[in-house]
Amino acid sequence: METKNIMIVGVGGQGSLLASKLLGRLLLTKGYDIKVSEVHGMSQRGGSVVTYVRFGDKVYSPIIDKGEADFVISFELLEAARYTEYLKKGAKVITNTQKINPMPVITGAAKYPEDLEGKMVAAGVDLDVIDALSLAEEAGSSKAVNIVLLGRLSKYFDFTLEEWMTAIEQSVPAKFLELNKKAFELGRNA
Amino acid sequence: MKKLMLGNEAVARGLYEAGCSFVSSYPGTPSTEITEEVAKYDEIYAEWAPNEKVAMESAFGACLAGHRSFCGMKHVGLNVAADPLFTIAYTGVNAGMVIAVADDAGMHSSQNEQDSRHYAMAAKIPMLEPSDSAEAIAFTKLAYEISEKFDTPVLIKMCTRVSHSQSVVEPSDRVEVTKAYEKNGAKYIMMPGNAKKRHPIVEERTKALSEYAECAPFNRLEMGTSDEIGIITSSTSYQYVKEVCGDKYPVLKLGMVWPMPVKSILDFAASVKRVIVVEELDGFIEAHLNSLGIKCDGKNLFSCIDELSQNKVAAVLGEAAAAGPVLDDVIPPRPPVMCAGCPHRGLFYTLVKNKLTVMGDIGCYTLGAVAPLAAIDSTICMGASVSGLHGFNKSNGGASDAKTVCVIGDSTFMHSGITGLVNVAYNSSNSTVIILDNSITGMTGHQQNPTTGKNLKGDVASKIDLETLCRAVGINRVRVVDPYNLAECDSVIKEELAAAEPSVIISRRPCALLKYVKHNAPLKVDADKCKSCKMCMKIGCPAISMENGKAKIDNTLCTGCGVCSQLCKFDALK
Repeated sequence: METKNIMIVGVGGQGSLLASKLLGRLLLTKGYDIKVSEVHGMSQRGGSVVTYVRFGDKVYSPIIDKGEADFVISFELLEAARYTEYLKKGAKVITNTQKINPMPVITGAAKYPEDLEGKMVAAGVDLDVIDALSLAEEAGSSKAVNIVLLGRLSKYFDFTLEEWMTAIEQSVPAKFLELNKKAFELGRNA
Repeated sequence: MKKLMLGNEAVARGLYEAGCSFVSSYPGTPSTEITEEVAKYDEIYAEWAPNEKVAMESAFGACLAGHRSFCGMKHVGLNVAADPLFTIAYTGVNAGMVIAVADDAGMHSSQNEQDSRHYAMAAKIPMLEPSDSAEAIAFTKLAYEISEKFDTPVLIKMCTRVSHSQSVVEPSDRVEVTKAYEKNGAKYIMMPGNAKKRHPIVEERTKALSEYAECAPFNRLEMGTSDEIGIITSSTSYQYVKEVCGDKYPVLKLGMVWPMPVKSILDFAASVKRVIVVEELDGFIEAHLNSLGIKCDGKNLFSCIDELSQNKVAAVLGEAAAAGPVLDDVIPPRPPVMCAGCPHRGLFYTLVKNKLTVMGDIGCYTLGAVAPLAAIDSTICMGASVSGLHGFNKSNGGASDAKTVCVIGDSTFMHSGITGLVNVAYNSSNSTVIILDNSITGMTGHQQNPTTGKNLKGDVASKIDLETLCRAVGINRVRVVDPYNLAECDSVIKEELAAAEPSVIISRRPCALLKYVKHNAPLKVDADKCKSCKMCMKIGCPAISMENGKAKIDNTLCTGCGVCSQLCKFDALK
C-alpha cells in the first residue's frame, strides 16, 4: 500500500498530541508501519503546531512535505489555510470553524483574513467544515475538540466503530471515557 | 509485542534493557523525554541534575563505581558538559557510560543549530546515530557493549526528528550488568604524568574502533539498481534518501558517524560513478571523505542551514511532489507567546514601562522578547544574563546601573546563574538581578529543579532557599515581589535600581499551567466603560483582543490573573 499522510494542525495547547497518539494506536492494531512526528518545546506555547502521521507498508521519512498530505485535520481555521501547499491532489481538509487570533492580529500588526473557507474552496481545496468546539461542548468539554475531529475523520476510513472506540479507551483517562466517546460520535455523525 | 514509541522513549527503553542503573540529566528540548521516560522504570535511579556538567560527572562517578550509567542533554547542553567529556575520553570507563545529545536542526526550540558530531571527533569518542526508534533501542544497547569493550564513553546523537517521532519497536527484556570497582590512579587520575600515557591509548582506541566499524552491524550497505550515484548518509537524512530513491541507488548508511569505517567507504566510493553525501547541518562526513581523497558532492548540493526533508532531497536526487494550492491572501504568522496568566507578563510590563535595558536568558521568558512587550535586549545561553549584566554595567563605569537589569528563571539560575551572581558580588558591580521564580522548569514541559522541593520521581527533596542563597554569596539587598501586583513590582524595581549596591529581586509566582495552581474566574469587559484606549493590549495577553473597537476577553483562556485590570483606567475589566 502506498503511504498515507495525515497532518494534524492547530494552535499549541489544543490537544493535537492526543489525537496523533490515538491514531497511531489504531493504525498499529491494523498492522501498518507507522511514523508519527511531533513538535515539543517552544512552539507549543500558543504557536502554530503541526503533527505528521504516516502509515503504509513501509514508512521512511517521519515528516510530510509540500504536496504530500492526503488529509489535513485542522483545529483552527487559519491553520487549515496555512498548510494548503502541503495538500496532495484530491486531498481532504477537515477543519474546525473556530478562529483563534494569533498575536500579530491581536496587536493589530496583521489582519485575520476574511472568508477563508470560501478562499480555500475557490483554490480547489476539498473542504469539510465542522463546528467542533460546539460539538465538544455538547459532549461535555471544550477540550474534546480533538476527539470530535477524529470522529469526523473516521468517516473517510473503513475501520470499524469498535476499532476506533478501543483506541479511545486506550488513550483517554477512564473518567473522561464517556465524554470522549460521545464527542467522537458527534463528530462522526455531524 | 510491537509498540509505537517516541525516539526518546526508545532510548529510555534501550537504557532499561541494557541494564543501565544510573541516569543524571538536565532537561532540554528535544532530549527531555529520555530521562522522563527512564524515571518510570523502578530498576533505574534517575535524577535531574542542576546542569549538564554535573549530570555528566555524576554519570561518570556511577560508571566508575561499576554501574552502567547515562546522561542526556540537548546540543547546547553538551557545550556545558564539554569539560568532563574531553577528559572522560582519556580515563575511559569501568561499567559502560553512554551520553545522548539531541541536536535541533531547524531550531524548533533552540538558540543555535550546532552540529554535535564535531564533539565526537574533537573529544575522540565514538558516536552512534540512530535513524528511528527501533535503532534508538538497538544502538543504545550496543553503545554499552562498545563502551565496555573499547573502554570509552559512547555518544548517541539524536535529532528533533528522531527524538520526537514515534515509530514501531519491539521491546525485549532487561539484563543486569555490574562491575567491581578497583583503584587505578594511572587510569582515573588525569594529572599530566598519567594523562600523557592515556593519550596514545585514546589514539589507538580510535583506530581500533574504526576497524571494528568496518564489519559492525550498524554500518550497512544497501544495494541499488543503478551505480550512477552512490549515497553515503546517516540518521534522519537516510530516511529522506530512502523515501525519495527507494532502492534505485546504493546507500552506505552509517550508524556510527565517528570514527568512520575507512575501508568500507573507499570500497563503496570505488563501486559507484559518483558519490553524494546526504547529511543534515555541516558537511561532517563529507569532510572525512575529502580527507581520504574521495571526490564527492555534499554541501555544494544541500544547505548546511535548517533541516533536510524529502522534497529537499528530491530536488537533487529525484522528483519533488507538486505543491498544493497557495491561497490568494496573506496568512498571518502564529509565533509562540507567553500563556494567558503567565506570571512573567506583569514583571515584563514593568520593565518596559521603566524603559530598562534587559539582559535575557533561556526559558519561557525568552518570549518576553516578542511584540508587543519586546522587553528583552539579549539572549545568549543558560546563565549569560547575569554575567552579561555584570560586564555591561562594569564597563559602563556605573552609567547603566540604574537603567539595566537581567531576568533569569529559577531553573536557569540553578543551572549556571549562581556563578554569575557570585561574580556580581565578588567584583562588586551595582547590578540588579531579577530571578523569575515560577517554581518549575517551564519551557521544557514542567520538570522539577532544586528550587521546587521535589525530585524527578516526584518525591519530596531538599529545597534551595533562593533568598538565603543570594545573601550567602554576598548580596545584601534581596527582595521578593508578586508579578501579578504591578504597583509593587514598579516600586521595588525603582528602589533597587536606585540603591548603591547590587540587588536581587525574586519575582515569585508559580507557572499558571501547573496543575495545583488555582485560576480565578475569567474577567469580563464592561463595554460601556471601555474607552478603546488599548492599554490592556500592551501586555500581549493572548486572551485579550479588540472586537468592534472594544476589548474582548476569551474566557476559555483567561485565568483571571488581573494584570490587565490594573492597567485599565476606566475600571472596564473586572
